[in-house]
Amino acid sequence: MHERVTALELAIKKAREKKDILLMTHIVLGYPNFDDSLRVVEDMVNAGVDLMELQIPFSEPMADGPVILKANAEALKRGATVEKSFEVAERLTREFDIPFLFMTYYNILYCQGIQTFVDRCKAIGIQGCIVPDLPPSEGEEYLDAMHAAELSPVHIFTPNTPESRMRHLSDNSSGMIYCVARKGVTGKDTAFSEDITNYLSLCKNTTELPLAVGFGVKSKEDIDYLRGKVDIAVVGSETIRVMERDGVGAVKGFIETLVT
Amino acid sequence: MKNSGYYSQFGGAFIPEILVPTFDELESAYLTAREDESFWQEYLDIMSTYSCRATPISRLDNLTEQLGGAAIYVKREDLNHTGAHKANNVMGQGLLTKRMGKKRVIAETGAGQHGVATATMAAKFGFDCTIYMGAHDVARQRPNVFWMEQMGATVVAVTEGSQTLKDAINEAFRDWVSNMDDTHYVLGTACGPHPFPEMVTWFQSVIGTEARAQMLERNGKLPSRVYACVGGGSNAMGIFSGFFDDKDVELVGVEAGGRGRGPGQHAARLAYDDATIGVAQGYKTYFLQDRDGQMQDTHSVSAGLDYVGVSPILSYLHESEQVRFEAASDVDVVAAMQKTVRNEGLIPALESSHAFAQAYAEAPGMSPDEDILINMSGRADKDIFTVADAVDDPKWRQFIIDKAKAYSEDMNNA
Repeated sequence: MHERVTALELAIKKAREKKDILLMTHIVLGYPNFDDSLRVVEDMVNAGVDLMELQIPFSEPMADGPVILKANAEALKRGATVEKSFEVAERLTREFDIPFLFMTYYNILYCQGIQTFVDRCKAIGIQGCIVPDLPPSEGEEYLDAMHAAELSPVHIFTPNTPESRMRHLSDNSSGMIYCVARKGVTGKDTAFSEDITNYLSLCKNTTELPLAVGFGVKSKEDIDYLRGKVDIAVVGSETIRVMERDGVGAVKGFIETLVT
Repeated sequence: MKNSGYYSQFGGAFIPEILVPTFDELESAYLTAREDESFWQEYLDIMSTYSCRATPISRLDNLTEQLGGAAIYVKREDLNHTGAHKANNVMGQGLLTKRMGKKRVIAETGAGQHGVATATMAAKFGFDCTIYMGAHDVARQRPNVFWMEQMGATVVAVTEGSQTLKDAINEAFRDWVSNMDDTHYVLGTACGPHPFPEMVTWFQSVIGTEARAQMLERNGKLPSRVYACVGGGSNAMGIFSGFFDDKDVELVGVEAGGRGRGPGQHAARLAYDDATIGVAQGYKTYFLQDRDGQMQDTHSVSAGLDYVGVSPILSYLHESEQVRFEAASDVDVVAAMQKTVRNEGLIPALESSHAFAQAYAEAPGMSPDEDILINMSGRADKDIFTVADAVDDPKWRQFIIDKAKAYSEDMNNA
């Protein structure tokens, strides 16, 4: 066993005793508005989601594709702030008994003050953070603060990442590793096939942490493909697409098709 | 990645994990090229045969006399192929792209100068080329879009965010994270993640090296002050880098003062107090952002200076007081441009006209024994629509009306 086992990792392992794959979903806080964010989370949890990523909107979401990019921009246009995101996240962690992570870009942490940001995460029950534009070499202060607070900084493996770099990322992570299934930004299709199997077994061999797989996961077939290969399937852009197409009320039904 | 590319606290490489091997490859290609004298020789050869290096220095005889005070000299980067200093960076990165064995280039562009320069380089070297340009800038810089497309580039109008330069940069990164295997991102200015600020400065340093030698040869002394406009900062870094060791030469960066101080009114990150330190677009510098770290809208009459961030190297030179930063207003900039056109027959781009405006304001207070040097980073052909509106030329207006009428008659007859 590695040395930094966090509450997030324990929660994932416990949930895995009952399920052969877990489902993590993603919402952009404040999109389409904060009331709907609350309702969507409630529906998702009731439909059987195991973990959630809450994205604090940022004006320059470099790693996100058109769907999440637009959601960030709309949330900000409607007055979303970091303060309000923390308030809503606090309510969510209090009301729902699943692990919540923040996903956001580094400037949001930097402008809050990194220690302040991490302290506030700890205080409101956020279990980990995904910061896609912060490699470990730039994130010393963040990593020290997260580890000291026993929170989980989650790093990303990609199909371009060499094995030695995967080990370096794993050493600096706790809770889990987020594997992106392909190159590119969020929200585009991924062909789940043999190529990915080889990549995922490399990921598995280089870390003891639970593995989540995201980017292009959007159907029960995709999740079935990942079953037995990884711990967590991440559905991100697709729930936002469903919400935009069929309304907030349609999210619950969509999640149920994924978990049955 | 190595934890390098810092200038005091500014710079760094805040990049998505997927691009880490790509940046390692780029840094290594760049460092190898720097060590290899034949690379720089090849670069100088191409710049003297395909572009117009060395570009001359012109003395503004009429305005020196009219304004009184210091003698005014201009470094003529407008005489580069495609009409701006952008060619220096683009040809250098084109040679690197060849060395890395990549077949496609992408770029962002604000004013369109960097897009045109990149499209030119791609046509010459046989690369596929896609240019990202904010939809707002596409609307105000149609002539440049026309030439990019004529040269075979695909121009993508970016409709996200403020639809200007920063949004074009985000889109270029989104392309790159999908296509890094065969694609090089030709970043147009001394911004972005390491090694771009340092690498772009290296290619642009050809301006300062030439200018210093030319001023010495011509006058037997160095200028008292050197002026350059600052958007991202590449032309400024280029000319300033020739004078960093000359303690008696004052370096003056001129930002877009737009309509004056206050959020959304300008793009002055260092001259005004509205910007704070942040991390976006892969690097740490002063950004025009709100308390949460959300980027704010910027304004400038010149698309090329209309940007939220600034070269991390310039942020460092600002804090260490090696460069003085000023801002010139839209109105003063258009007036300085008209003055230059009328009195000297030079046509500085609206971007470059910021440097002229500041120089004209300061020259009369200086001694006639002193010289000053302005970097004319580009020429204004691309600005003809904006300038014609700003000077409210009735004949131009009539020309456009007649042209539009002829086009719609053609369409109706078709």
